[in-house]
Amino acid sequence: MSRSAKQITRPALLGRSNTARSAGFAGLVVALVLLCALSVAVGTRSVGWEDIAAALTGHVDSIGAAAVSVRIPRTFLALLAGASLGLAGAVMQGVTRNPLADPGILGVNMGASLAVVIGVAWFQISSAQAYIWVAILGAGGAAVFVYTIGSLGRGGATPLKLALAGAATSVAFASLVIAVVLPRNDIAGGIRSWQIGGVGGATFERIYPVLPFLAVGFLVSLLSARKLNSLALGDELAAGLGERVAIARAMAALGAILLCGATTAVCGPIGFLGLVVPHIFRLLIGVDHRWLLPFSAIGGACLLLLADMLGRVIARPAELEVGIVTAAIGAPFFIWIVRRQRIREL
Amino acid sequence: MTMPSSTLDHIVSGRRLRTRRYRMVLGLLAAVVAAFFVLALMVGQSVTPAGDVLRVLMGENVPGASFAVGQLRLPRALMCILAGLSFGLGGVAFQIMLRNPLASPDIIGITSGASAAAVFCIVVLSLSGPIVSIVAVIAGMGVALAVYGLSFRNGVAGTRLILVGIGVSAMLESFVAYILSQAPSWSLQETMRWLTGSVNGAQMAQALPLLLALVVFGGLLLSRWRDLEALRMGDDMAAALGVRVAVTRVLVIVGAVGLIASATAITGPIAFVAFLSGPIAARMVKSGGSLLVLAALVGAILVLVGDYVGQFVLPSRYPVGVVTGALGAPYLIYLIVRVNRAGGSL
Amino acid sequence: MTIQSFLINGLSVGYAEADILHDLDLQVPSGKITVIVGANASGKSTLLRTMSRLIAPKKGEVLLDGKSVHRTPPRELARTLGLLPQSPIAPEGITVADLVSRGRHPHHSLFSRWTRGDDEAVDAALNATRTTELADRPIEELSGGQRQRVWIAMVLAQQTDVLLLDEPTTFLDVSHQVELLDLLVDLNQARGTTIVMVLHDLNMAARYGDYLVAIANGRVHAAGTPEAVLTQDTVRQVFGLESSIISDPTSGRPMMLPIGRHRMQSKD
Repeated sequence: MSRSAKQITRPALLGRSNTARSAGFAGLVVALVLLCALSVAVGTRSVGWEDIAAALTGHVDSIGAAAVSVRIPRTFLALLAGASLGLAGAVMQGVTRNPLADPGILGVNMGASLAVVIGVAWFQISSAQAYIWVAILGAGGAAVFVYTIGSLGRGGATPLKLALAGAATSVAFASLVIAVVLPRNDIAGGIRSWQIGGVGGATFERIYPVLPFLAVGFLVSLLSARKLNSLALGDELAAGLGERVAIARAMAALGAILLCGATTAVCGPIGFLGLVVPHIFRLLIGVDHRWLLPFSAIGGACLLLLADMLGRVIARPAELEVGIVTAAIGAPFFIWIVRRQRIREL
Repeated sequence: MTMPSSTLDHIVSGRRLRTRRYRMVLGLLAAVVAAFFVLALMVGQSVTPAGDVLRVLMGENVPGASFAVGQLRLPRALMCILAGLSFGLGGVAFQIMLRNPLASPDIIGITSGASAAAVFCIVVLSLSGPIVSIVAVIAGMGVALAVYGLSFRNGVAGTRLILVGIGVSAMLESFVAYILSQAPSWSLQETMRWLTGSVNGAQMAQALPLLLALVVFGGLLLSRWRDLEALRMGDDMAAALGVRVAVTRVLVIVGAVGLIASATAITGPIAFVAFLSGPIAARMVKSGGSLLVLAALVGAILVLVGDYVGQFVLPSRYPVGVVTGALGAPYLIYLIVRVNRAGGSL
Repeated sequence: MTIQSFLINGLSVGYAEADILHDLDLQVPSGKITVIVGANASGKSTLLRTMSRLIAPKKGEVLLDGKSVHRTPPRELARTLGLLPQSPIAPEGITVADLVSRGRHPHHSLFSRWTRGDDEAVDAALNATRTTELADRPIEELSGGQRQRVWIAMVLAQQTDVLLLDEPTTFLDVSHQVELLDLLVDLNQARGTTIVMVLHDLNMAARYGDYLVAIANGRVHAAGTPEAVLTQDTVRQVFGLESSIISDPTSGRPMMLPIGRHRMQSKD
């Protein structure tokens, strides 16, 4: 199933030269900084410059400054989550050679949610570290489960079968989450946060524990870029080129799972970002993973910041969780991708 | 001339055997439905002896039993059966038509569309009663049309249809989540109904429209049973046997969507009943008659048993949707084992 | 059990952008075996599928006994014209006898009951394809050759006068190919069934066909007896291949020997 010929002829709107890509990257980073600034300034409550200045220097005396000081960790979390999910999505699409791979669609996020919920309800885990480890276990378990089901029968893990397996698994896990949470009045109130992810209520205390996990996840994922390029040629060809296919796959998958699990532990399940972001950048800069992965990370951060701002503004005075926004915008994108693909590639 | 007639007799006896076996399974399933119906009428906060139940059904006023049996348990049990029949029949019709057991209406967006419409009517428009059902059916048809239209590109390929359905479903689910977040006055119970399906608080007044839908849409589906059987062998083979494939497709979709949407509008999306009924029925009988009626009965059993288990067997009270949803995961595992052994494909 | 005529007039078939078949005329001889050959994407499958009502033409018509195939209700047509398409799907776990009995579909409506005639048709179909011993076996257990015979039995159970087959031998071993084609000759001789099939193997086509139709670029390039159609010029123009035509010593039919760059006796 060689897609290499098709990949070479696919358009890369910004061109393939390293100069163009570097320039694009720099531009993206600038955009990210601007969006961070915007995210701090915008929200359900309008604030002025003095408030922002006050909050940044730690003087939280006015309501405006308080609002801003809440947004700073929120912005930071959105940045981290967006980068993780964007990167994880790109890695997943590379590992499974599947244009429709995404932590949400493949049920990985739900698996993480379920694991955390079970841990809290049945094993009384409470430390942030425990949350994160359990979430990563859940994410990994779900990934293996979905991939196994999707690989059954003729053709192996085709995009269709993976997506279906993921969808069915997500529904099953979501029901199990409800099953575990419902009788527990003490945690039932938070039930929605385990179905739809968001970055609201973020504090630096909640973010610090997850940083080391994300750091390792980023490192492992970015280092697997070359391997993903080989894997894209197909297992047999990659092995012929000297790549140890199983190890490469496992390493890349590990990186993605670390990122997804850790992110879901803090934010809850946020879907579709990992699907949309890599596709956008594949269109702009081509399929070389050494560029695609960093672009997906920064691009994911930008997109999540945008989605969060949208959620804060569109439903004033209440907020729309970012998970709802990404689903509402990401799903039409998903459909567009499906339409673009030729049937044989599905 | 004995040789030819002995092979003919062999053919005839083989066919009769298949038909007999089918009828046996059909009778068995119907008996199980009846048994659980009676059980549901007998068991509640107290156990009502069968004799009293019968007398209440005959119209007698039996103190201590009439209210419990007539007002509480009877509508609930009837709702279970009607909803189960609808979900089972609608689900299997889709699975046969799309030749894929994973292509279930609750995965490709029909249920989500009906839920979204129902929740919108109830929360935002403050409607109730049959009008909600009608809107839900129209919404279900709309979603089916949209999914069909979005997957149309020089004809419709089943693969693309299912994937587009998954995308549309995700969009609609986020819409449902959003609406639910705008209904803070609702109890957790009510929210559960729309997240996962429940027959709590069922009333006789709701059973009648559902019965009507079952007769109309179910009748339409059952009238197509032969054509559906032919469609299992591929669109081309069915057309070669004289089936009007496009027309049959439309009729089956209308019938199945009508059934599923009508049931969803009243009970919410009872998870996995549409998904599981067909494959379970197919395990019991390979041929000798149509799967449609068998799957409908299996659906009724699933909902009856699920509700009974959710009410009386588990340590806490659960709506039926959580029980059937939790059944999905073990079934997926079972699917792995079975398909692996048979070497078949999903 | 033989039809009177099977005509194709001015058939143009295609999508909005491009035509696959252009203004095609063909007269299929009744009671004979006709084989359609051509290069990949020449339109031969499209032609067969249009003949069997699977595809609607933009212009032109297919006339079976004077009636337009596309204006005949599909169930009625399925009682006269049977098609074995490429890659039919066998429902999981089904037995051979059950699958063959599904060929009776065109003879049943919503409330019709199974009759003795149906059983007899199934029995006759199994006998004709020599699959009676397999009647109770699940279809997954059969070999490719056996499975194809079972599919033909199913189409036979339809009891049609015309049988269309779209590349019936493509995935079969040589021995099964010959077995299948011999079976089709049996049918043609015993019942006078008009058979039209698409084959990709030119030599099999020449050996088993009474009438050959060579399609190139959506048009009939040549039609006639194998001797008339299988010529060096036709092979060159339809397949872009140099060849040498000899008389096959086993069958007396023409046989095409391709001429490549290597392994040629005079050079190399």
